[in-house]
Amino acid sequence: MAGFLTLAISQLVGVIVPLIIKAGIDGLSRSAPVRTLLFYAGLMLGVALVKAVFQFWMRWILIGISRDIEYDLRNDLFAHLEKLSQRYYNETRTGDLMSKLTNDLSAVRNLVGPGIMYSASTIVVGVATIALMVHLDWQLTLLALIPLPVVSVLVKIFGQKIHDRFERIQALYSELTERVRENLSGVRVVRAFCQEEPEMALFDGMNCEMVRRNKGLIWISSFLWPVLALMFSIAFMLILVFGGRHVLAGRITVGTLAAFNVYLMYLIWPMIALGWVTNLVQRGLASLGRLWQIFAAQPDIDDRAAAPDVITSIRGEIEFRNLTFAYNGRPVLKNISLHIPAGRTVAIVGETGAGKSTLVGLIPRLWDAPEGSLLIDGVPVRRIPLAQLRHSIGFVPQETFLFSESILENVKFGAPEATLSEAERATAIANILPEILSFPKGFETMVGERGLTLSGGQKQRTAIARALIRDPRILILDDALSSVDTGTEEKILQELSGVAAGRTTLLISHRVSTVQNADEIVVLRDGEIVERGTHGELLANEGYYAELYRRQLIEEELEMEA
Amino acid sequence: MAEAFHEEEVLGKAYDSRLMRRLLTYLRPYWRVVVLALIAIFFYGLLQAVPPYLMKVEVDRYLDPTHHAQIPKFLAGFLSPNPMVGIMQIALALFLPSAVLTFLLEFGQDFAMQFVGQKVMYDLRKQIFGHLQRLELSFYDRNPVGRLVTRVTTDVDVMNDLFASGVVAIFGDIFTLLSIVAIMLKVNWALALLTFSVLPVIVLVTMWFRKAVRESYRRIRVAIARINAYLQEHLSGVAVLQLFNHEDRSYREFEAINRVHMEAYKDSILAYGLFFPAVEFLGVAAVAIILYYGGLRSLGGAVTVGTAIAFIQYSQRFFRPIQDLSDKYNILQAAMASAERIFKLLDAPVTIADPEKPQTLPRYEAPALATAAAGVASDDGRLAGDGHAAGNGHAQGHGDGVLTGARIEFRQVGFAYDGVHRVVEDVNFTIEPGETVAVVGHTGAGKTTLTSLLLRYYEVQQGAILLDGIDIRQLRLADLRRNFGLVLQDSFLFSGTIASNVRLGLTPGMKPISDDEVREAARQVNALPFIENLPAAFDEPVKERGVTLSVGQKQLLCFARALAYHPRVLILDEATSSIDPQTEYLIREALRRMLENRTALVIAHRLSTIQNASKIVVMHKGRVREIGTHQELLDRRGLYFKLYQLQYKDQEIKTGSRE
Repeated sequence: MAGFLTLAISQLVGVIVPLIIKAGIDGLSRSAPVRTLLFYAGLMLGVALVKAVFQFWMRWILIGISRDIEYDLRNDLFAHLEKLSQRYYNETRTGDLMSKLTNDLSAVRNLVGPGIMYSASTIVVGVATIALMVHLDWQLTLLALIPLPVVSVLVKIFGQKIHDRFERIQALYSELTERVRENLSGVRVVRAFCQEEPEMALFDGMNCEMVRRNKGLIWISSFLWPVLALMFSIAFMLILVFGGRHVLAGRITVGTLAAFNVYLMYLIWPMIALGWVTNLVQRGLASLGRLWQIFAAQPDIDDRAAAPDVITSIRGEIEFRNLTFAYNGRPVLKNISLHIPAGRTVAIVGETGAGKSTLVGLIPRLWDAPEGSLLIDGVPVRRIPLAQLRHSIGFVPQETFLFSESILENVKFGAPEATLSEAERATAIANILPEILSFPKGFETMVGERGLTLSGGQKQRTAIARALIRDPRILILDDALSSVDTGTEEKILQELSGVAAGRTTLLISHRVSTVQNADEIVVLRDGEIVERGTHGELLANEGYYAELYRRQLIEEELEMEA
Repeated sequence: MAEAFHEEEVLGKAYDSRLMRRLLTYLRPYWRVVVLALIAIFFYGLLQAVPPYLMKVEVDRYLDPTHHAQIPKFLAGFLSPNPMVGIMQIALALFLPSAVLTFLLEFGQDFAMQFVGQKVMYDLRKQIFGHLQRLELSFYDRNPVGRLVTRVTTDVDVMNDLFASGVVAIFGDIFTLLSIVAIMLKVNWALALLTFSVLPVIVLVTMWFRKAVRESYRRIRVAIARINAYLQEHLSGVAVLQLFNHEDRSYREFEAINRVHMEAYKDSILAYGLFFPAVEFLGVAAVAIILYYGGLRSLGGAVTVGTAIAFIQYSQRFFRPIQDLSDKYNILQAAMASAERIFKLLDAPVTIADPEKPQTLPRYEAPALATAAAGVASDDGRLAGDGHAAGNGHAQGHGDGVLTGARIEFRQVGFAYDGVHRVVEDVNFTIEPGETVAVVGHTGAGKTTLTSLLLRYYEVQQGAILLDGIDIRQLRLADLRRNFGLVLQDSFLFSGTIASNVRLGLTPGMKPISDDEVREAARQVNALPFIENLPAAFDEPVKERGVTLSVGQKQLLCFARALAYHPRVLILDEATSSIDPQTEYLIREALRRMLENRTALVIAHRLSTIQNASKIVVMHKGRVREIGTHQELLDRRGLYFKLYQLQYKDQEIKTGSRE
């Protein structure tokens, strides 16, 4: 409200200035004393100063609000997105989300900021100016205003046209970008099939179309501003003619004529803004709708069924009880029954797509297992508060994901209170400490695009340290040693078993070396358990596991080959 | 936090004469338009001074004639002594034409320059894209595709700002300012000078404002880049974030960078908030000066009412050109940075190119592919002239549908991608016409490098590769590559249709591939059934590199593409990805038919392919370790035997059980 008050004051004060000009010019015309003119000049400056102050204030409040709203909205969106489950992210492309969070958000901000400010100020200035003009000479006002509605209409129509054509150009532009990307990614095919010239011809076609569509746009965009200027010129001309006649007829003074000129200038911007703002509002409302879609998505994994004190501290016993899990109607896991007493190490092997990652993803509730089919310490998993559950799990995902922060921040990602020596301890177990210390900046080394590019193995070991530093009751390694060489792997596993007393450990791997010492090894195929037992038992079984083992031996031999 | 600057964000100086000179060469083809635009904008600038002057004339001559200001003679003579007539003369004979002319000049000039801008962008894009088609693979290894795409797109767009609204518009602003200044001095130099006293303040305020806004915009850009990077990263890694109970902390981090963004914006609001009122205030100050001084001087009759009114209008017309000019700085700065990057790419030398005096292969003509009417599935691969023709690979009797193979020799070939660590060393073997040679080896053995060298994606560093006895470096690239049909490990599809992916574009010097040939090629590789099941069959659109097709279907299409060209030599990098058994069977059948009696180099992952090969080259750590047939090598119990156990043996079991 304060915003609108300042807006009203600044604009109302502003429209006084031409009245003073009128008095000044009339004074000049009458050869009024210098003192009078000095008074007018001073008055004018005073009024202008007041206007300037309120104008500043108005912008500060009104545009500031839109920025505050944008800020709040962005925070809320992020907080909401943090709560949504994997299911949502599997169905939504990150790119689409990003565009909503950038383009749509800024359209909404333009709606609440400039959209509101300019509509309000347009109304105030327009009404006040026109009222004063009518007061001075209503006939002249009517004449001078003839071209002005045309201006608003032109801006509205052309603005929409420009927007539409611009969108069409943008669409072609992203097509062209995609085409270039495709050509460059397929450089081998392009070269092998001598497709350089056909590709260039194709590109040329799009390039020409680009020029053609742009021509359609620049035609209007070059036309719009000059034609607006022409409309205002015509309004000035009408004042020149009819204002002049009115002066001659003695109806108005020369000063009034001058004031009219200035008022007309005052009306230029509101008239343009009127057309512009309507488009702004339309786009803003459309974007607002798209943002609501994000808010409308409900988090499907939450503490709805949780009881706060169902477990005081998790021991780490896991039980899958005849679990069948389908994703989008496709069964991924079938009749899994597996009991892992706290402190045991269980390994899961099997081909890609057998359902191994899905199985372990159910434990921290990345996906929700059907009611009652997954129990932790004998309690249905959904009864345990989500935060408590996840706090007791150290998870190393298959695709190592590190954040673009320092190594220390990455290691401490799930344990903000951890000390440096705890970080050293965790990284030592994960066998990455010596390498970290060898980096020039040690633990402060930045990871990712802006910093050091870690090798696959280094990333995996950092991710293992990140899980270990939480001292979790349940440790899950989802193929987390695949990029680590066998020697290092052995060391890590040894260290792990040393400190893992009482820790439940789940290992997924394609390598026998990783899993051979587990208490129990489970072979999954097409979502079902097909073999289970210890290393020795499975070797004797002569199944998938035994074949895996044989291959590993040959692989080792090949590695030895000079 | 470290400042997150990418190469793209670095801005240098706003003017670099070397770059500018080179950029201006792109205007050369359109110099006539540019000159016309310059002339137009000159007159446009002049006309900007006209309307206030006409107001002055009207007021001084007719409305307030008490002071009898001097009106230029030509106007005085032209204008009627009758005020009513005179006013109409001023409006209709002077004001209206000048307004219309202003409109035409501004519109014409803007349209012309925007159009030239589009043309220049067209030329630039064409040139950059064309150059990218010639740069060798090692350039692509060094430069990520995303960055190269930016050169063709974003960087070129920045150039448009320069040509469309930069170069010529600068003159427009200058002409406008000069003509206003000149006419004010002419009308009343003393009052003019006094009015100009606000000019330095305007310039200073504008400069301050530009600097403040530029600074806060820079901060906004950095902040928005960080917000986007943060969002991108944390939405991609949202699972990790949730697993590690990081939601609250991430929220706080995000809130912090979001706040930086908001504050930077508020600073820009501050700048705008101060600037607009300041400019308006200065405008009023100019008016106040004019009024006051006018009051002083009009006693002596030097400042007429008309002059005062005109000056009031002039003083309001200073601002736009001055603000526009200060905008140009940013345009120039961004343009220079982009120009630098574009030229760097255009200056990247093409090192693998056609030789100056290329040798020619004996003329080879593709035979007409056996049509469906012929009804024979595998009759396209008969070989002519093995023994004696091996040296020169003469095509024998092109007319009757006989396909001639080529002879390929790797002679002591060595290569290192980085020039130091050899990936391939001392490789010697020969593919005789009609032979299928399978290259096998563990990961990193250098198999794919061999095909890359044969296609001259990279230049052999040691030894030589010979095609029909000619060093491939002595051949034109197109002449060399035309011999090969390539199937890559990753099936690469272009956006287009099924048919266009088999046929590809028309290669210069080769006959277009007919619909029947496309169909026949698809039939030979077992792709016909699935294609005909698609709603639009061969005209089915392929989008986003074939997301709608299965991995196996994509492979079959790539097979068909390789065959449609009737290559003399097939180069095949078998995919390792697992495929459903049914498609796998189709692929294996297709492979068998394709390779039958055909000169081929296959990086093999299928047991069936290896078993059917004429000979097997076993690579290990960049060297050829064993050469022989499947049975010979198995008997040797060496490296191949182990590889066989590792990679191929279980296929035997599986395939055995399926067939």
